[in-house]
Amino acid sequence: MTTSRAAAILLAKELRLEFRTRELLTTTVIFALVVVVLFSFAFEPTAAESRRYGPGLLWIAFLFAGSLMLNPSFAREQSNETLDALRMAPIAPFAILLGKMLANFVFLAVAEAILVPVFAVLYNVSFSGVAGRLILVLGLGTLGLVITGTVFSAISAHARMRELLLPLLLLPILTPLLIASVEATASLLAEQPELDRTWVAFLAGFDIVFLTASWLMCDYLLEE
Amino acid sequence: MKGRIALVLIAAALMVFAGYAALYVAPDEKTMHAIQRIFYFHVPSAICSFVAFFVVFIANFAYLGTRQPKWDWLGVAGAEVGVVCSTIVLITGPIWAHPVWGIWWTWDARLTSTFVMWLLYTAYLLLRGFLDDPQRKAMFSAVFGIFAFLDVPLVYFSNRLWRTQHPQPVILGGSNSGLDPVMGKVLLISFVAVLCITAVLITDRYRLERLRSEFDELRFRAESREAERASKILHAAREARVE
Repeated sequence: MTTSRAAAILLAKELRLEFRTRELLTTTVIFALVVVVLFSFAFEPTAAESRRYGPGLLWIAFLFAGSLMLNPSFAREQSNETLDALRMAPIAPFAILLGKMLANFVFLAVAEAILVPVFAVLYNVSFSGVAGRLILVLGLGTLGLVITGTVFSAISAHARMRELLLPLLLLPILTPLLIASVEATASLLAEQPELDRTWVAFLAGFDIVFLTASWLMCDYLLEE
Repeated sequence: MKGRIALVLIAAALMVFAGYAALYVAPDEKTMHAIQRIFYFHVPSAICSFVAFFVVFIANFAYLGTRQPKWDWLGVAGAEVGVVCSTIVLITGPIWAHPVWGIWWTWDARLTSTFVMWLLYTAYLLLRGFLDDPQRKAMFSAVFGIFAFLDVPLVYFSNRLWRTQHPQPVILGGSNSGLDPVMGKVLLISFVAVLCITAVLITDRYRLERLRSEFDELRFRAESREAERASKILHAAREARVE
């Protein structure tokens, strides 16, 4: 079986699992929403300030929500030792990782699709006219987040205190991604919105570097 | 053992000499005066932290290739010493910055990347503490170490693109930069001294980790033998009762 086909089957399995319970999505969306609401109490931003701090707030909410959401990705395979079953399947180990990355991407993208309009309403920020470019930035940023996050979720699943450990491993690695995503999003919220191509290229570079690294190292990650 | 004593003595002698040279031999800097002398330990510590983290990267890579535990020991030794060196950098930096820049800290590219690097390798050390199985610990921390190392240049460039305030490099920094020749010599001496200390610490930490892993293995073997004996006694007692 080709890797892409195996990954697609695993993606379907992850999605089916999630849409039966919707546990992960609900908690992620609500958690991110809580962060967004708390921010307004902490800073009471005016409309102009929202434009200035909004992108940072939005990405901090995504990063925190992502680092919580990615935890069960591998950990929930442990209760019935289903990871061993996946490992025994005649597929490339990268397919397992890729399937999970794609599933996590879908989950986080859905959460973002709900959150961005809510954010726009609550903080009086308008994304009209830049929707396509915003989707590009969100997509590239989210991809980088789930690539590193899924790999680290495979690591932290075997550790004690894994819920605490994952954000600790993930958030420092994501600092370049945070800067690039926030700057790119901010360039879309300016008076004359124009996409900052440097940061978009940087985000694409981040994704490529870590996708290649996880492709090269997935054998070690999934080995028993 | 002899080599180690010699290395320690050389490092100690060099350090004393470097301290003297930095305080009394190096000329006074025109605008910053005495506080500038912290530079002779700030810069070598920064370079040595990079050296130590590079050792971690090599060790991680070699571990994944060979699976020999010695590379894992080298990895943890390098990471701990590197974190110590970058802690020194992060402490001496603000001490210098406060009188010169008027602020303790600024989110400049180099400062931020050093800080993030410190966070990354602290996470590496924490991760090791939370993984129990020694083989898995070695494997996963090697993977994380490589990710962390790949991230360092990305952190630096993203911050560089963002903003920068740190003084430009005075060595090989292009035209208009340069160091007084005496200052250069003093810097070289203190660099060699700090490098020697780094080497001493890494080799000692490596040895400690080797002993620890041998001890763990012995204890594990003793415990399993103990458990086996206990189960035999229990079994015999049960059979005696049945009879």
